[in-house]
Amino acid sequence: MRVALAVPCYVDQLRPQAAHATLMLLERLGCHVSLAFDAPCCGQPMSNAGAVDDARGAATTWAASARAFDVVVMPSGSCTHHVRHHLPSLVAGDAGVHAARVTYELCEFLAGPLGMPQLIGRFAHRVAMHLGCHAQRGLRLGGSSELHENFSGPMHSLLVAMEGLTLVPLDRPDECCGFGGSFAIGEPELSVAMGRDRLTDYTTHHAEVLVSSDPSCLLHLEAIARHGAMPLRTMHIAELLEEATR
Amino acid sequence: MSAALPVLHHRGAGHPEAAAEFLRDKERASWHDDALWFVRQRRDRATDLPEWEALREAGSALKAHAMSRLADLLEEFEQRATAAGVMVHWARDAAEHNTVVRDILHGAGVKRVAKSKSMLTEECGLNPFLEADGIEVVDTDLGERIVQLAHQPPSHIVLPAIHWKKEEIGALFHRTMGTAAGESSPDALAAAARVHLRDALLHADAAITGANALVAETGGVIVCTNEGNADLGMHSAPVHIVCVGIEKIIATLDDLGVLLRILARSATGQPITAYTTHITAPRAGATMHVVLVDNGRTARLADADMRSALHCIRCGACLNTCPVYRRSGGYSYGHVIPGPIGAILAPAVDLRAHRSLPFASTLCGSCADVCPVKIDIPRQLLTWRERSAAADALPKGYATIFRQLGRILAKPIRFARNGRLSRFALRTLRTLRFMPGAGIANRWNPWTRPGRDLPIAPHETFREWATRTGRRA
Repeated sequence: MRVALAVPCYVDQLRPQAAHATLMLLERLGCHVSLAFDAPCCGQPMSNAGAVDDARGAATTWAASARAFDVVVMPSGSCTHHVRHHLPSLVAGDAGVHAARVTYELCEFLAGPLGMPQLIGRFAHRVAMHLGCHAQRGLRLGGSSELHENFSGPMHSLLVAMEGLTLVPLDRPDECCGFGGSFAIGEPELSVAMGRDRLTDYTTHHAEVLVSSDPSCLLHLEAIARHGAMPLRTMHIAELLEEATR
Repeated sequence: MSAALPVLHHRGAGHPEAAAEFLRDKERASWHDDALWFVRQRRDRATDLPEWEALREAGSALKAHAMSRLADLLEEFEQRATAAGVMVHWARDAAEHNTVVRDILHGAGVKRVAKSKSMLTEECGLNPFLEADGIEVVDTDLGERIVQLAHQPPSHIVLPAIHWKKEEIGALFHRTMGTAAGESSPDALAAAARVHLRDALLHADAAITGANALVAETGGVIVCTNEGNADLGMHSAPVHIVCVGIEKIIATLDDLGVLLRILARSATGQPITAYTTHITAPRAGATMHVVLVDNGRTARLADADMRSALHCIRCGACLNTCPVYRRSGGYSYGHVIPGPIGAILAPAVDLRAHRSLPFASTLCGSCADVCPVKIDIPRQLLTWRERSAAADALPKGYATIFRQLGRILAKPIRFARNGRLSRFALRTLRTLRFMPGAGIANRWNPWTRPGRDLPIAPHETFREWATRTGRRA
C-alpha cells in the first residue's frame, strides 16, 4: 500500500526516533512509504489556543501536502484528531475535507486500512499504556471509563498481542496527563501535578515502560520522569512495535 | 479561622495563580483530588445501566426541547401555578431578583429566613443583600451552613464544603456551636448540626428554596435534597419563596422521570436523592412565591454556539471528573459556578475578567462524556478561546506567541530554520543547567519551573535525515 508519512512538527524536532520507527515499521509491513509530505504542522498549537487566524497558514500548507495522497499516516493521535475534526473548517475549499478523510493515526491505520490489527512480535516487559485524550475521547480509539467501556481499541489490541508483554492495570487508566498544548505552559504547576499523578500510577504498578500513541503526552511525561529520576522508559507505540517486531 | 484552611480565590489573580497556590499544599491537594475521584467512581457505578446512554440522549433532548419552547413553557407554568394560588414573579437580573425577594420578605414582616441549597441565590448574591437589610439568613444544607459559618462561598455546586476536612469542621463547630473541643467524628458533628439547624428551621419566618426543575404541565416545583432541610423549611414557615433560573423549566412529568434518573446518579452516585418534593400549591394558610430569573440566560439562548450550556442540571459530575478542578479547587475559578461548566458560563458574564477560564482545561473531554445532558463543554471552551482571540482577550503573551508560531509553522523553510535555532538554544540551556544562575533561569521558565527537565534536542531532525539520505524525493 502506498502511504505518506506525515511527521508532526515537534516529533520532527524533538523525537525523530518516533518518526524513524514509524517508517521502519510501515516498510517492514510492506507499505511503500513516501516522505514527500513536507508540511511542518497541521496548525493544532494555534488552533487549540483559539488563535484560529494564526492556525490557517499551517493548516492550509498541511492540507495542500495531503492532496497528493490517498493515505496519510501520522504517529500522533492529537494531530490526527485536529486534522480530522478541524481542517475541514480551517482550510478553504475541499483540501481540508480531503485531508480529514485520508489521515490516520498509526495504530488506527494498522488496524483499519492495512488490515493488521495484531502483529507478531515479542516485548517482554511490564508496560503501562497511555492513550492520549484526543485519541481516546476525540477519535474514539479506545473505550472511556465515563461511558463504562472497556479499554479496547487499536493500540490496546496491538500491545496485548505481543509475546511476553504484560499490560499493567492502572488506577485511573484514562485520566489526562496534563500536557494539553498551551496548558503545559499556561498552567505549569497543574500540568506537572497531573503528569506526576499519572507517573505515580505507572510506577506503583511496577511498569517498566510507558507507551503512548501521543508523542506530546510522552514529551511532557518523560520530562517529569527524567526530572524525578524515575525508573521508567518512555516509548512511542511505533518505537515499541518496531523494536518488538525486529 | 483554622490555619489549614484552603486557598480562597484572590481577586485579580487568574486560574493559573490560584491553582499554583492550591497545589502548594501537596497533601491537601491530593486529598481533595481523591475525595472527588471517589464521588466520580460512585457515579460510574450508579450509572452503569444498560439504558444509561439512552437516558443521556433523552436528557439532552428534553432540555433542548424545553429551551426551544422556553417562553411558551414558562407561561404555561405561570398560568398553572397562579391558578393553584402561587404568586409568580419575573426578574430580569440579579438585582431585580434580590429586590423582589426583599419586598416579599418586608411585606410579610420577615426577620429570619431558613434557606435551602440554591446556586441561583449564590449567583445573585442574595444573602449579603438581605443581611444588609437586617434580615438573618441561615443556610440549612449542612455543607452550605459550614461554608456560611466560615464566611466562604460554596466551592462545589453539589458539595459546597468538599474542601473542608472533618477536623476543621470540628474546630469550626466548636467555635460556633460549642461542640466539644477536638470532636471530629462525623456522627457527632452531624448531630450537633441537626440541633443547630432544626432550631433555625422551626423558628424561621420564611423559607427560601431553589428548584431542580419546574414542570410546565403541572405548574409544579421540584426540589431534591438529601437532608430534607428544604421540606422542613417550607413546611414550617408561613412564607415560601422559590428562587429559580428560567432554564430549569421542563415540559412534562415524563421528562421529570428522565431528569430524576440522571440527576442524583450523576451528582452523588445515588439512584435518587433522599427527598424529592413536588410542590404544586401553597400550604393551607401559607403563601408561596416563585421568582423566575433570567440574569443572562436569554442572551445565552440567543447564542447558538453556547446555547446547550442551558441544559445544565447542576449535577456537578463535570467538576468531579475534571482533573483540573480536582487539583485546583472550586475557588480557583473565581466564579460562583466552578469547574468545566463554570468555565463556559463565566466568560458570558465577563470575558475579560474570566479570560483564564477557557484555558483552565486540557480539553481532555472527560466532562463531555460524563455530562448527563451531553453538553459539549470542550467545544464551548474552544469557542470561548476563539472569541477571546477575536476580542484581543487571550491570556498575556498568547497573541504574540501564537502569531509568530503560526508564521513559522506555515512554511517548511521557516520551520527548518527556526527549528535549528530552537534546538541549538535547548542544547545550550541543557549544557548550562548546572551553571550558577541556572536555578533562577529555571524559575522563569514555565516548562522547567514546576519540575520538568528540558527536552533533549537531537542534532538531526527526521526531515534533515530524509533530505540527507535522499529519501525525500
